[in-house]
Amino acid sequence: MTDVISSEVREIAAKEYQYGFVTDIDTDVIPRGLSEDVIRIISAKKNEPEWMLEWRLKAYAGWLTMTEPKWQNAFYEPIDYQNIIYYAAPKPKKVLNSLDEVDPEVLAMFDKLGISLKEQERLSNVAVDAIVDSVSVGTTFKAKLAEVGVIFCSFSEAVQEHPELVKRYLGTVVPRRDNFFAALNSAVFTDGSFCYIPKGVRCPMELSTYFRINQADTGQFERTLIIAEEGSYVSYLEGCTAPMRDTNQLHAAVVELVALDNAQIKYSTVQNWYPGDADGVGGIYNFVTKRGKCAGVNSKISWTQVETGSAITWKYPGVILQGDNSVGEFYSVALTANRQQADTGTKMVHIGRNTKSTIVSKAISAGHGQNTYRGLVKIQESAVGARNHTQCDSLLLGGDSGAHTFPYVEVKNSTAQVEHEAYTSKIGEDQLFYCRQRGMSAEDAVSMIVNGFCREVFKELPMEFAVEAQKLLSVSLEGSVG
Amino acid sequence: MILQIENLHASIGGIEILKGVNLEVRAGEVHAIMGPNGSGKSTLASVLAGRENYEVSGRVLYEGQDLLALPAEDRAAAGVFLAFQYPVEIPGVGNLYFIRTALNAIRRKRGEDPIDAMDFLALARERMRLVEMDESFMNRSVNEGFSGGEKKRNEIFQMAVLEPKLAILDETDSGLDIDALRVVAQGVNALRNEDRAMLVITHYQRLLDYIVPDFVHVFADGRIVRSGDKDLALELEEHGYAEIAAS
Repeated sequence: MTDVISSEVREIAAKEYQYGFVTDIDTDVIPRGLSEDVIRIISAKKNEPEWMLEWRLKAYAGWLTMTEPKWQNAFYEPIDYQNIIYYAAPKPKKVLNSLDEVDPEVLAMFDKLGISLKEQERLSNVAVDAIVDSVSVGTTFKAKLAEVGVIFCSFSEAVQEHPELVKRYLGTVVPRRDNFFAALNSAVFTDGSFCYIPKGVRCPMELSTYFRINQADTGQFERTLIIAEEGSYVSYLEGCTAPMRDTNQLHAAVVELVALDNAQIKYSTVQNWYPGDADGVGGIYNFVTKRGKCAGVNSKISWTQVETGSAITWKYPGVILQGDNSVGEFYSVALTANRQQADTGTKMVHIGRNTKSTIVSKAISAGHGQNTYRGLVKIQESAVGARNHTQCDSLLLGGDSGAHTFPYVEVKNSTAQVEHEAYTSKIGEDQLFYCRQRGMSAEDAVSMIVNGFCREVFKELPMEFAVEAQKLLSVSLEGSVG
Repeated sequence: MILQIENLHASIGGIEILKGVNLEVRAGEVHAIMGPNGSGKSTLASVLAGRENYEVSGRVLYEGQDLLALPAEDRAAAGVFLAFQYPVEIPGVGNLYFIRTALNAIRRKRGEDPIDAMDFLALARERMRLVEMDESFMNRSVNEGFSGGEKKRNEIFQMAVLEPKLAILDETDSGLDIDALRVVAQGVNALRNEDRAMLVITHYQRLLDYIVPDFVHVFADGRIVRSGDKDLALELEEHGYAEIAAS
């Protein structure tokens, strides 16, 4: 029966990545390498105001003084930052007035990814900002959202149209020099999504950004900023894919969320970047800084992530719980197969009184996959009555995979309650035999067991995404998780 | 003939556990297999159900076809059911969802359409009543947090839904108090019919007060050493295994 598991795992390893195609789009690409000049070129291409360029240059100056961190539980060849293309954009034929004018090749690419940008063809209640390589190529339902005062546009557009909001909030949650990759992003970010939900508005539809890397050897550095004003609510979804290439590509994004008094932000990610092949060649380095600030009282920020792609995933979506009674949540499923490595978790920083955080992490390792949970729970002196509950579970498929847990807890207030639970299990012969004795194929059995293992996280996803996530997990483990 | 076992040997890690088992089971019959711990009773159940970590030789015909050539799931589809001695927990998977998936997998293999959801619910409700299971078990995770008795009832419930031709009950009585034993036995008896055969593996005669077998076999050191009718079980109770095996 152990043989059955390992043959399943071999099939996982052999599984082709189904989003690995390249689309032939006329692309505007700048030369490789990074310098002040490159930053000036990016800023000029985006027709940015002077303050934005200065902000970038300050970040770059900071980045030059920093060194790449090495503490994560992942191994990779050093990244040559001078061999990356920092700007690549599908060439617009002209200034776009509507989505109908988007390059048909780009629309066709998104159709192939299963994401239609034609509003009339979208059945579901989801607005999409579509980002290819360095730029946003279109945002759906903008007009409809504008009726209730919701701003949903590309980051570049926000810099032009809503500079006061961008200036006020940019870098307030993830400072320019927060870390090496955040500093790099701050210097060279090219696009991303911007959302602003006005006071008291419950955003009438799900907002989503779909990230696609198409061009070879480019890095994708996007920046997302979401601001939820007093008493507002928004649910935001993010999905991503990239072509199969035998070189590694760097994706270093920054996401900042701000929730004011009584506001709620629900942020869901289904990450499916190209993971590399069975021998670990190629794939995306997904080094991302995501952080939310519960700035107001009774505010709430929830991160839900399903991480199935990327050669290396390195991210800790966190919440700064500043407002009294604010709530932070982190629900994560991370799957590593083949030679994939994931070092992910969260940071919950309790500052306000009676703040509460919940962490549920589910790690699945198959093949030679290595999965690390790394989480920080920090209770500041001021956080009277703070509470945290952490649960991290690991599931191993196959004997060559690994699961690691590094919880960090810092408590400076004696009234706080912090709980941590962790367990590691294997899909045992017993479970598999039990299912097969009842008539299920080994493949269906593994699928059922893995989905059961992830249920607590999947139920946090918006309906449409939950189905997507289950399918994705199945595809990622196909042969074993059918 | 439902089951015909001829000179069945099985070993694991080079240690021989089954040392030449011979047994014939016809439709409608209930056979009890009794024997001391470690005699190989449970191994026989596992080998028949298709557990793969044994080296097996000999011949097992199930309705005339070579059972040992089939993977576990095909044996299930052909109508072989094992009620586990230690039912397995599957966290996060609803009990009812589990058994519906199993039923549909079997139906698919038999070329039948999946069961209609409403029909399935009606079927499940009816079969739960057989073993006096509360409906709250429907959505609890498979066997997770179940008591020993609840797990065994769940096995019989699953058997009632899947309606096998050959049911193998591996120490279904172990860990049950007398009330649970009565309920489980009542479920099993309700499923006895002229088309279905049962192999009841037990250490204690007690279960056979409730499930009265047509035949009793005494298992010792990897083979059947004596066979008889239900009175043999009583004899065993009186004299113990050692004496019977030796005689």
